[in-house]
Amino acid sequence: MARFLVGRVLQGVFVLWAAYTLSFAVLYALPSDPAAIAAGTTNSVTPEQLAEVRHAMGLDRPLAEQYLDKLGGALHGDLGRSVQSGERVTSLIGGALPPTLAVAGAGLVLAVLLGTGLAVLSTVTGARWLRQALLSLPPLGVAIPSFVVGLLLLQWFSFTWNLFPAIGEGGWRGLVLPAATIAVQPAALIGQVLAKSMSDELGKDYVDVARAKGAGPFRVTVRHVLRNAALPTLTLAGLLVGGLLTGAIVVEVVFSRNGLGQITQGAVSAEDLPVVQGVVLLGALVFVTVNLAVDLLYQVLDPRLAVGRRSAGRGPAGRFALFTFAGRG
Amino acid sequence: MSVTDLALPAGERSPEPGPAAWRGFRKALLRSLAGLLRNPGLALSLLWVALVIVAAVAPGLFAPGDPLAVDTAVRLQAPSFSHPFGTDRLGRDLFDETVHGTGRTLPAAALATAVGLGAGSVLGLLAGFLRGLPDLVIMRLVDVLLSIPGLLLALMLVSVLGKGSTADVGLAIGVAAIASTARVMRAEVLRVSESGFVEAARTGGARWTRVVLRHVLPNSMGPVWVLTLLLFGEAILGVTTLSFLGFGAQPPTPEWGSLVSSGRDFLGSAWWLSILPGAVVALTVLAANRVSRAFDAERGGAR
Repeated sequence: MARFLVGRVLQGVFVLWAAYTLSFAVLYALPSDPAAIAAGTTNSVTPEQLAEVRHAMGLDRPLAEQYLDKLGGALHGDLGRSVQSGERVTSLIGGALPPTLAVAGAGLVLAVLLGTGLAVLSTVTGARWLRQALLSLPPLGVAIPSFVVGLLLLQWFSFTWNLFPAIGEGGWRGLVLPAATIAVQPAALIGQVLAKSMSDELGKDYVDVARAKGAGPFRVTVRHVLRNAALPTLTLAGLLVGGLLTGAIVVEVVFSRNGLGQITQGAVSAEDLPVVQGVVLLGALVFVTVNLAVDLLYQVLDPRLAVGRRSAGRGPAGRFALFTFAGRG
Repeated sequence: MSVTDLALPAGERSPEPGPAAWRGFRKALLRSLAGLLRNPGLALSLLWVALVIVAAVAPGLFAPGDPLAVDTAVRLQAPSFSHPFGTDRLGRDLFDETVHGTGRTLPAAALATAVGLGAGSVLGLLAGFLRGLPDLVIMRLVDVLLSIPGLLLALMLVSVLGKGSTADVGLAIGVAAIASTARVMRAEVLRVSESGFVEAARTGGARWTRVVLRHVLPNSMGPVWVLTLLLFGEAILGVTTLSFLGFGAQPPTPEWGSLVSSGRDFLGSAWWLSILPGAVVALTVLAANRVSRAFDAERGGAR
């Protein structure tokens, strides 16, 4: 177990290092000029001034030197300073994190509840039409762009019925619509994979045993099938949390909320490369951490699994899941 | 000259001889036509995808008017018979704009699909066929690409590639899709490489390039083709999302995502400006996913 743990952590560290290297390669090795952006795009900047800015930013040094220097800084928790505001990237991101975490967290809870509810209800129900209606919801939820979901919710709940504020700051009421928006896609994904996994589990012997002992359909589904079917769904966790992070970017723009999304959008438009890199690294860190946690949880929840065997992303459900977030995280 | 090449001249060695293949194709076609009649949802999805593609190639067929023609007499009018999608704040017909926007969104999504599919397939093929060190290196790269949420990866690329061009947005979304295609392709190549005919070709002394191009590749593409439409739907979502965030086509150039974005300010008063183009995006993705699932089921049934 200890060896497994160390191996997984090392693997995670490797992925993080590689993500850092990849983002450095994309952001700094490709032909673009961060100095020109920092100096401003006005024509009044003389070549001498530009060279000065370049020197101050360390951009006139060899690429390998820049890389090692920046990597050393990153290891000490220093990701440089924002080109726009001059603020430290780490404190900029850290400051923007709480409102984003609130939305993403509420969205995750809502998504798990909705997705599980959908899967359980479609398994328990004897009515064919209800099952089919329920199972047709996930494809719909996956197909609607989240910005459209947000705008629809705004249109109905804020402008038509006046139930929730249109601008999402201030208290729990402002959190409802953004959280609902962000939850739609993960909920669809959870519902889809869980329903499939539950219908697979229904054919197993222990279900017959439970039924023979007199358990009703609800008890069989919730007490027995759901517990076993939840395991494969757990492998989606990394993907889902990554999706929540990028979902937050869109949601914060739709609802004009402060947070990581606003920062990211601003940084990309202003080509504020250190901030962009910081957000990308945060995404990778979250993904790696969640997957590590899932791996460990798996060992605890399913003792049958020999150490290190997992089938993430395999099989039709996993494959679809991988693609479902290909475009947005 | 290898043993297999001696046994059968190259030209006659294709796995499916002509007439039988045609018969099989005709049978499959008839079967799918019958299936379509029994499945109106799938038929509608196919029809919608076809319509959208036609709109992208020849928008004039559906919307002969100039999408940018300003008519201040009919500003912010609700959908009506003469303006099916209503009009925007300058009196431009939103239906015309949406139809002409197809010509920006769809090519960008197609580019994204081509990039994701092409690069992903090549990487997956190399990893699965060469095994060993190349496999290790490529799959670690794929792991890294997967560890960065797709939209963030695309945003990172967009911040360097520059903004305001749908082609760059398509490219960025395509790169973000490489990793998952590579995984699917590699798994399939590993499966196919175990097959008897690949072993036979190898034992027969065929060069490895020949084994890959003639035997492994054609037989591994199946699942990847199925994923093409799924990927296309995802690419539409990605492209419109980036445009919505303001990194794609800039107004007044009509594009689905930027149409939704520019209608956002009128949500309380003129809902159609955002909701109708948004609905078009959702319908298109839904239809593409539906058709893709049907292909997948077809393959599953055939095997």
